[in-house]
Amino acid sequence: MKRKNNKLFHKIYLAAIMAFFYLPIVYVVFFSFNASRSLTNFTGFSLQWYEKMFSTRAMMESIYYSVLIAVIATAVSTVVGTIVAIGLSKSSHLIKQIVTQVNNLPMLNPDIVTAIGLMLLFSTLNIPTGFGTLLLAHIIFCIPYVMLSVSPKLRQLDENLAEAALDLGCTPFQALYKVIIPQIKEGIVSGALVAFTMSFDDFVISYFTTGPGINNISTYVYATTKRINPSVNALSTLIVLAITIVLIFSNVLPLIRARRKRNEKTA
Amino acid sequence: MKSFRRLVYPYLVWAGLLIVLPMLIIVFYAFSTQGNVVIPVKLSFVNFLRFFSDPIFLEVLGRSLKLALFTTIICILLGYPAAYFIAKMKPDSQSVMVLMVTLPQLINMLVRTYAWRGILLEMPFSPEVKVYIGMVYNFLPYMILQIYTSLSKMDPSLVPAAYDLGCDEKMAFLKVTLPLSVPGIISGITLVFLPAVSSFFIPKLLGGGSYVLVGNLIENYFVTTGDWNFGSAISLIMALVILISMYFTRKFDYDQEAV
Repeated sequence: MKRKNNKLFHKIYLAAIMAFFYLPIVYVVFFSFNASRSLTNFTGFSLQWYEKMFSTRAMMESIYYSVLIAVIATAVSTVVGTIVAIGLSKSSHLIKQIVTQVNNLPMLNPDIVTAIGLMLLFSTLNIPTGFGTLLLAHIIFCIPYVMLSVSPKLRQLDENLAEAALDLGCTPFQALYKVIIPQIKEGIVSGALVAFTMSFDDFVISYFTTGPGINNISTYVYATTKRINPSVNALSTLIVLAITIVLIFSNVLPLIRARRKRNEKTA
Repeated sequence: MKSFRRLVYPYLVWAGLLIVLPMLIIVFYAFSTQGNVVIPVKLSFVNFLRFFSDPIFLEVLGRSLKLALFTTIICILLGYPAAYFIAKMKPDSQSVMVLMVTLPQLINMLVRTYAWRGILLEMPFSPEVKVYIGMVYNFLPYMILQIYTSLSKMDPSLVPAAYDLGCDEKMAFLKVTLPLSVPGIISGITLVFLPAVSSFFIPKLLGGGSYVLVGNLIENYFVTTGDWNFGSAISLIMALVILISMYFTRKFDYDQEAV
């Protein structure tokens, strides 16, 4: 009896935590269909905030820049981070130590310190801030995260395999993409996911390194919060929808594929 | 495969220029003031003296540390049971719960905080309470996931072994489960306390202008007043305070392991 009560308590507790986590999401989706400007009174169903969102150029641009920067920063930082991590795994202890410590700086420093550091650097070098500096900043802070998720996979790698590939006539480049890369694929994929999330989610570094007229979703929302702007709810709903779809696909597709494979085997 | 070593060299230049140099520039700005036409920069401690001689700045620093500390404590108190209960579920349900904790985190941080602004708009809470709700909401998932990870790595036969050796449920938890999950709590603290000290948009969005933290000060001196020297000094002080607190947290971790 006591055990049963315990289980019930666990369920209630977790349900309460989940309610806390999902309350704002339910709230934005609900109020994005509100007929009035109010953020507390639901007066009726309407799609006006979606209409307003699609017709507000700055808002659409902010979505465009968020996605574009996240995609480019993820691609560049994944390729560069993987290559550097591979090089690092063959380097001397000293070089490993130096790179690890330097990479720790943007990961352990508060974002705001990294951000003003880059802002001061761009200003010292007389580089005008804008799309280029924003993208560069995102690539800079994404690379260490990619390396962090690729490096452990490299440590598990059997060194003799790459040597064997070379002995069998592979060029170093062939050994890289035929032997090493396939074995660390998992680390590369999770590194890319972390990079994308970090870039898409970032506000602080973007805020200090972007220039006039270039906003991503975060800096746009921050700039508009002085007034009540219900179309931000519509924008939020769009993001929630996109993320849910991606998560469903990434979690359900492997299941379907696994089932198909099983069926093929039995057939 | 030694030839691959060369792949690192361009990154050393990149990291030196884009990660290390910016930190040095902050230090340089912090220890200097804008001079006159003849001598454009003057090296001095003025910025630090200004910070430590003004009670208002110290009060802001104290408030930031207090907010970060209490946010961390609340996250541990709320997050530990959640992580513990998840770790006790069936494996399939565990991965569903982990996914459910992760999902809200994937939604842009600004967007999440904006939603809370709407919810809390007409609630009769003080600005301080609103800021705490926003902070706990943003950081709790990190704490749950870190503690859960350390709990799920635990050998499942340890607790029954403790029962066999005469422990009751409470004793087994205090003597076996809790000590083994300390590394998870410590990495949770790192992920919550560190960014919480410097947060500035959650207090600004939820607390209005009345709740000023170190992060807001830095933003003000860089964006509004344009006093980059003083702003850099504040950032440096904050970075040092965080470094010292992290040192003590880690030391506590080692001491625990030694016991």
